[in-house]
Amino acid sequence: MANKDLVARLTDINKRIGYIPRGEVEKLAKELCLPAAKVFGAATFYSLFSTRPRGAHVVRFCQDAPCHVAGGRAVLDAIRTTLGLEPGQTSPDGRWTFEMTSCIGVCGVGPVIMVDDDVFGNVNPERVREILKNKN
Amino acid sequence: MPVKSLEDLKKIKEEALAKRQIRNANARARVTVAMGTCGIAAGARDTMKAILDEIEKDAVPGVLVTQTGCIGLCEFEPIVHVQIGDSPQVTYGKVTPERARAIVDEHVVGNKVIQEWVVTR
Amino acid sequence: MPRDFYRSHILICADPECLAKGASDIETVLESELEANGLADEVNVLETSRLGHCSVGPEMVIYPEGVTYVNLTPAAVKEIVAEHLLKGRVVKKYQFTGQARKDEELRAPTAKEVRVIMSRCGVIDPENIEDYIAEDGYAALAKALLEMKPREVIDEVLRSGLRGRGGAGFPTGKKWEFAAGQNSEQKYMICNADEGDPGAFMNRRVLEGDPHSVLEGMIIAGYSFGAHQGYIYCRAEYPIAVRTLRIAMRQARLMGFLGKDILGSGFDFDVELRMGAGAFVCGEETALMASIEGKRGEPRPRPPFPAVAGLWGKPTIINNVETLANVPNIIRNGAAWFAQYGTEKSRGTKTFTLAGDVNRTGLIEVPLGITLGEVVFDVAGGIKGGKRFKAIQTGGPMGGCIPEQLLETPLDYESLGAVGSIMGSGGLVVMDEGTCMVDIARFFMDFTQDESCGKCVPCRIGTRRILEILERICAGEGEDGDIERLEALSKYIVQGSLCGLGQGAPNPVLTTLKHFRHEYEAHIYEKRCPAKVCKGLISYRILDTCPGCMVCARNCPSNAITGEKQKVHVINPDLCERCGICMSVCKFDAIVVE
Repeated sequence: MANKDLVARLTDINKRIGYIPRGEVEKLAKELCLPAAKVFGAATFYSLFSTRPRGAHVVRFCQDAPCHVAGGRAVLDAIRTTLGLEPGQTSPDGRWTFEMTSCIGVCGVGPVIMVDDDVFGNVNPERVREILKNKN
Repeated sequence: MPVKSLEDLKKIKEEALAKRQIRNANARARVTVAMGTCGIAAGARDTMKAILDEIEKDAVPGVLVTQTGCIGLCEFEPIVHVQIGDSPQVTYGKVTPERARAIVDEHVVGNKVIQEWVVTR
Repeated sequence: MPRDFYRSHILICADPECLAKGASDIETVLESELEANGLADEVNVLETSRLGHCSVGPEMVIYPEGVTYVNLTPAAVKEIVAEHLLKGRVVKKYQFTGQARKDEELRAPTAKEVRVIMSRCGVIDPENIEDYIAEDGYAALAKALLEMKPREVIDEVLRSGLRGRGGAGFPTGKKWEFAAGQNSEQKYMICNADEGDPGAFMNRRVLEGDPHSVLEGMIIAGYSFGAHQGYIYCRAEYPIAVRTLRIAMRQARLMGFLGKDILGSGFDFDVELRMGAGAFVCGEETALMASIEGKRGEPRPRPPFPAVAGLWGKPTIINNVETLANVPNIIRNGAAWFAQYGTEKSRGTKTFTLAGDVNRTGLIEVPLGITLGEVVFDVAGGIKGGKRFKAIQTGGPMGGCIPEQLLETPLDYESLGAVGSIMGSGGLVVMDEGTCMVDIARFFMDFTQDESCGKCVPCRIGTRRILEILERICAGEGEDGDIERLEALSKYIVQGSLCGLGQGAPNPVLTTLKHFRHEYEAHIYEKRCPAKVCKGLISYRILDTCPGCMVCARNCPSNAITGEKQKVHVINPDLCERCGICMSVCKFDAIVVE
């Protein structure tokens, strides 16, 4: 059983609320006449969806090879230490969520980080600190 | 308008190519008519029309005609600049429609500057 | 009297978006203003489909100056006519000052490159269908629909030798032939735009730079095997590609290239756009179809192949973006034209992305059969900073690392397979001598184990076990027998996985083991990382040349550096996290890694 709109509907919720809460899963399941487990299954399958609340700003670090060989590791460490978060964590004050992402396709200017919807290329540890400070 | 045949498609292609040419106009010669209030008052409109007419009549290729504002030489209006390729721009003063036609023929087409009408600053 | 020669041309956008905002009124006012000012026979007004700033429409561009005016109102038009057209003064307050979209990703081709797929990228305005038509766009569609039978289209593609550009290299014409042979009312044509290989972005460029070529290819494909409905499955990480595609689809529909009775041929075809939500495995065709159906994107066993039973159980063809973009060229120019590029078995050109330690990274298009060495040194301009080449990784995370002694390998499907790698979608990562191959293998494994959908146990658990072993080796805790364990695990994963992800996952490990075994051995037996990369096996030391500027101490995130001003600093190895920040900030090259 499936509904062709499911992924699109989940995308909407994720965008609107920032994540997909349990209640929304159940509401959507009822509306689309699907078992809640199917909806939850899809919500947990795709990495752009989150089933847990996220911070006001989501910092994403591209973890793929082209960025890695271009000096990504130092950038990763800089994000870690600047935010005091490990990948997957949200800061207790709800300001930041730090996530890893797979390639966002702008490898020509790696290493690349994303802060919310903005993509920053050619970053180094200093620029990371600068970018994150400007978001504060 | 939906394209319903090969002829339609060809027509759109030709129109599109013409528009492209306008966008990427790569002119050999550039003729600029000063059209400030002073220029228009001195008859720049007729000068412009004469230039366009002359170019069309002789089907001169690669010419770009454009206009500019007052350049501060109001006493010489109507003023026309002509530039061929990368060579320095030549400024003509008191360009009547007759002078304009002569400038198109001799300078734009023949690449020969008509010294006596040139304004030197 | 209509004139052929005008001094000014005004292109006014008559796109639905601009029309909805009153573009036709603007045009009426413009015409009457020109008339009133006696400019009607000096200035030419042309409608065009789109100028690119419809969100701030209505808009128009005045040539030859090329000034774009936006947010037009009747009053604004009056002012522009009086000021710009009459007096030659640009009216700044209505002028569009934003950045025009420029293509900076694509540099001029080098001598060994051939631009076919990308010939229009950066040349045409992707948001203006007329630009595509001016470059012979949709001429192939007209030829196919009006002059060729579906079977002839398939034959032409078969003769061209075009193979799937998504990676597997299956002959495209063969695929279509299978689907054409299926007796079904409903068939589907899917364009796989879920480009997810790290470092690969050539499909994005085509979608953003020449979207109509993909649409045209889809319609022709649908015609060849009898599909009337198409889907484009594009990853959500490509918002600009999605936007460009939406505009292209709308324009194509408006002009009748999509919809009912295309070009009066009686053939119907339309396309829907579907977006992914961040799952690499959805690039696999059966997983992709599951995702379109609204399920978890998990692959399923084949057969039945999609051409027999695909989307919603109906015969379905899935072609990659670049495969489809090749189709119009083949139909328009003929199979022989296409086959002039490439090798006997790998015809045509292919786009690749170059990343890593080369002088010129970015997008390239080369004839298949060019050697890896030519790509690295001639096209990419060699290794950055005069360092030595170490390996090139082809085919994305499921590809292999190819060493220096194999640089003569031609870039084609068979030759890459013979050296343990794959063509993949076309991501190339070049690595210099400073790269640790065990670390790289760990890296790719980290990716595949993360992206494994979890359906096949060998892939789900096997990749994790491999990753754990590699992590141990990199941390300096490798043991005797690890290499053999890696080899055995790799074998099981390849044999026991349904889709290309699992079957290819061990490739980076297997190829690095084959060509760089000594590095694994150095890590395991000598507890040494020859490239000085793996944190567990290196230490940082400050040389006596340290002038004591204190920059490193201030920047050290773990406060492991002590020292007074103008005295040599010291790193405490117990506190040091080996992040390398100190080395990157030292202006005196006084910090070394050993």
